[in-house]
Amino acid sequence: MDTFLGIDLPTWWFLLIGALITGYGILDGFDLGAGALHLFFRKEQSRRIALNAIGPVWDGNEVWLVIGAGALFAAFPLVYGTILSVFYLPFILFLVAIIFRAISIEFRGKEPMPWWHQLWDVSYCVSSIVIALLLGLVLGNLIQGIPLNANHEFVGRLRDFFNPYAGLISVTVLSLFMMHGAMYLLMKTEDRLYTKLTIIADNTSKFFILCFLAASNATLIYVPHMTAIFKNNPALFVLPMAAVLIVLNIRRSIEKRQYRRGFISSSITTALLLILFAMGLYPNLVLSTVDPRGHISIYEAASSDASLRTMLLFAFIGMPLVGTYTVFMFWTFRGKVKLEEHSY
Amino acid sequence: MDNVELLSRIQFAFTIAFHYIYPPLSIGLGVCLVVMEGLYLKTKNKIYEELTRFWVKIFALIFGIGVATGIVMEFEFGTNWATYSRYVGDIFGSALAAEGIFAFALESAFLGILLFGWNRVSPRVHFLATILVALGSIFSALWIVVANSWQQTPAGYRIEGQGMQARAIVTDFWEMVFNPSSVERYSHVLIGAFLSGSFLVLSVSAWYILKKKHVVHAQTAFRIALWVAAVSALGQLFTGHKSAEVVTKYQPAKLAAMEGHFEKLAPADMYLMGWVDAKNQKTTGLKIPGGLSLLVHQDMKAPIPGLNSIKPENRPKAINFVFQTYHLMVAIGMTLIGLTLFSLFLLYRKKLFETRWLMVVFVYAVLLPQIANQVGWYTAEVGRQPWVVYGLLRTSDALSQAVKAEHVLISLILFTFIYVMLFGLFLYLLNKKIQHGPDVASDSETSSSRMNPSLIPLMSERATSKSEHAKD
Ligand code: HDD
Ligand code: HEM
Ligand code: HEM
Repeated sequence: MDTFLGIDLPTWWFLLIGALITGYGILDGFDLGAGALHLFFRKEQSRRIALNAIGPVWDGNEVWLVIGAGALFAAFPLVYGTILSVFYLPFILFLVAIIFRAISIEFRGKEPMPWWHQLWDVSYCVSSIVIALLLGLVLGNLIQGIPLNANHEFVGRLRDFFNPYAGLISVTVLSLFMMHGAMYLLMKTEDRLYTKLTIIADNTSKFFILCFLAASNATLIYVPHMTAIFKNNPALFVLPMAAVLIVLNIRRSIEKRQYRRGFISSSITTALLLILFAMGLYPNLVLSTVDPRGHISIYEAASSDASLRTMLLFAFIGMPLVGTYTVFMFWTFRGKVKLEEHSY
Repeated sequence: MDNVELLSRIQFAFTIAFHYIYPPLSIGLGVCLVVMEGLYLKTKNKIYEELTRFWVKIFALIFGIGVATGIVMEFEFGTNWATYSRYVGDIFGSALAAEGIFAFALESAFLGILLFGWNRVSPRVHFLATILVALGSIFSALWIVVANSWQQTPAGYRIEGQGMQARAIVTDFWEMVFNPSSVERYSHVLIGAFLSGSFLVLSVSAWYILKKKHVVHAQTAFRIALWVAAVSALGQLFTGHKSAEVVTKYQPAKLAAMEGHFEKLAPADMYLMGWVDAKNQKTTGLKIPGGLSLLVHQDMKAPIPGLNSIKPENRPKAINFVFQTYHLMVAIGMTLIGLTLFSLFLLYRKKLFETRWLMVVFVYAVLLPQIANQVGWYTAEVGRQPWVVYGLLRTSDALSQAVKAEHVLISLILFTFIYVMLFGLFLYLLNKKIQHGPDVASDSETSSSRMNPSLIPLMSERATSKSEHAKD
């Protein structure tokens, strides 16, 4: 098998896709979170500011999803087809929510009527929440594994996806995004909205810590295969420990009103949680609950070496570019939001 | 054909056809914006700046819906066509990933600056953002069309595995990218997009001219767009002809369907319009006898293989449909050439904007490139059936195994409902923006009379606003 810098190509792509999903979680995480909090802001002015805080960047954030999905398709087509078709209806709902969210942001400011604003505000908030919950639902089920027979054919039922563990993960993801979004908004706002957000950040972070504790315990108890790697390599325990410390640091930053710090900590939290998940999974991408031969490993699902190598080249040229645009964007729109003629 | 297949095909066709209303407009308008803003930077004339700002708002609306509906397309490959995804992932996936990394990231990052950056970056950086957004959309069309062209004319691959486990593997990346139809089809698609965008500008401007609103702005924009449209219309004939040559060489069944040609091996006619009776294998209509043979082989008597030379299970089913969509596209192409050349002639004679009936034609002509783009894809895609990857993978084998017909029905109903609503809202908001018109600084309408015509390269006819203001 071909390697690059001593790491085989499918593993490279496992890492890269992980990085893309993490980037998506951190970037779109804050604007989904801001969306989920939207209805807490009562005044028209506050809602506009909150919306314009994410206005110029949300589309760029969503591109990480597009690239991540494209990369999964390219590197592990078997997994792409399997996951998307097995979770057919959840993903369709996800797409519907993506559409509603995009057009809510776009259409809201186009008419002056209060009912029009209210309509799109509700649609924006609900679709943001639905997206976060569905991402959590899929994640929760992937952590547990899905019923695939030896030929990787799905032998389960749709309603099995709605189980308590997946529900808990859904709520955890939502709470993480809401906290993350609150801290992003705190960096972009002033005055009364800022004051209101300090309370929201405080509450959402408490809520997240509750969810985090519950989800960690549930994982230890109900999904032992995810934690097996830590039992086998006790040195790796630093990672879950780091996660706990970082989460505590979020609380500390919020208490000290250092929201930039808090935002960075919640970004790291997102990354660490996904790393933990990836470590539990590797070298598989999808685990089967009914037959170990049903697991889909990166080696079985990978595209040809030639293709992986070409795309790795693309990634090494492209990702720094994407990183540069992203930084340039955030830099251009740095500072507190000021409403002007071009705003939403 | 089972229900999952039928429903998935309807859903795919519906969602892609809907998506494809917007990309051509985004791409074409992007080019027009670059020209407008470039002229502004060059001449510092306020009119161009106001035009740019006005069209950027319309661009934003179109682009937003294009993005939202595009994400649906990407996911649909996995949700509905899982077997297909596995089969072509090695090839198609890399094109899609390249598209995301190189094109979409560029578009969406600089879109923010294009829309909201007016007061945050210098005019030059803003212009750069406009160029990058336009380039991004042109790149994004490249990769998706490459992927689609590979489906039409596969190259640079080998097949690995058997039966349901078979898949295509890239053996030569560049041969895959430059497969036999990529260049022809990409240029054809791109020019089709330029036509869509420029005709939108023409339509809105013509409407203002008729209503005597924003006349100076409208005439300026009209000239810019007319040039883009005229050059594109001629280019479209050329690239369309090239595409037809590729089809002749690589997809004989599609060509035979496009012209309703049944005989096993006989000289083929070219129809201007007609009707195909597939059951009785008869095509009737207005034709140039031997015309197709003449175009393809420069010889009216040269034989061309017809549908009967192809195994029945490998023939496209909807032959009359392919015939009609193809002929509609060509008819529209010819109409656009005539319309734009005639208008340029009138512009040269300084009569264009007084020719009211022509302005009325332009108001509605925006639909022509849109229809041509749609029926062009129908020709290409329905003519490709029963194959999803030509000669390799049948559409009926490409489905997701895990998906149930009820679920596809639910999603199809959802998408139909949402897209109908979305289209209604889109038209409503577009109309509103057009009614509102460009925001004009108080003196710019009059400043036009002070404008030095030599500064404005595209202005061969002086604005007539002054006299019209007098009439008001
Ligand atoms: C000729 C060009 C063309 C064609 C044939 C297609 N698209 Fe498209 N697509 C674009 C040209 C485009 C664009 C110009 O780049 C878009 C349209 C809206 C927009 O304005 O950007 C876009 C947006 C867009 C997006 C959102 C990108 C973002 O987040 O910025 C995705 C994921 C796709 N498309 C995917 C697809 C897929 C999977 C297609 C085929 C089945 C497809 N598109 C056909
Ligand atoms: C360039 C990107 C495109 C790709 C990769 C692509 C690929 C596909 C695939 C996978 C299918 C489903 C399988 C099938 O029914 O054959 C399909 C069908 C179809 N596509 Fe495309 N397509 C593209 C663009 C378009 C566009 C822009 C349109 C038109 C607006 C279009 C019109 C259709 C139609 C009408 C069908 C249904 C044909 C049928 O089932 O009889 N396609 N295409
Ligand atoms: C002027 C005469 C024209 C000719 C001779 C022509 C020819 C063709 C041919 C042969 C195809 C099929 C290619 C294939 O299946 O691989 C095609 C497809 C297509 N045409 Fe045209 N065309 C013309 C005008 C137009 C116009 C005016 C537009 C739009 C404004 C347009 C848009 C398209 C599109 C979007 C496709 C599908 C993509 C593709 O396969 O390239 N065409 N055309």
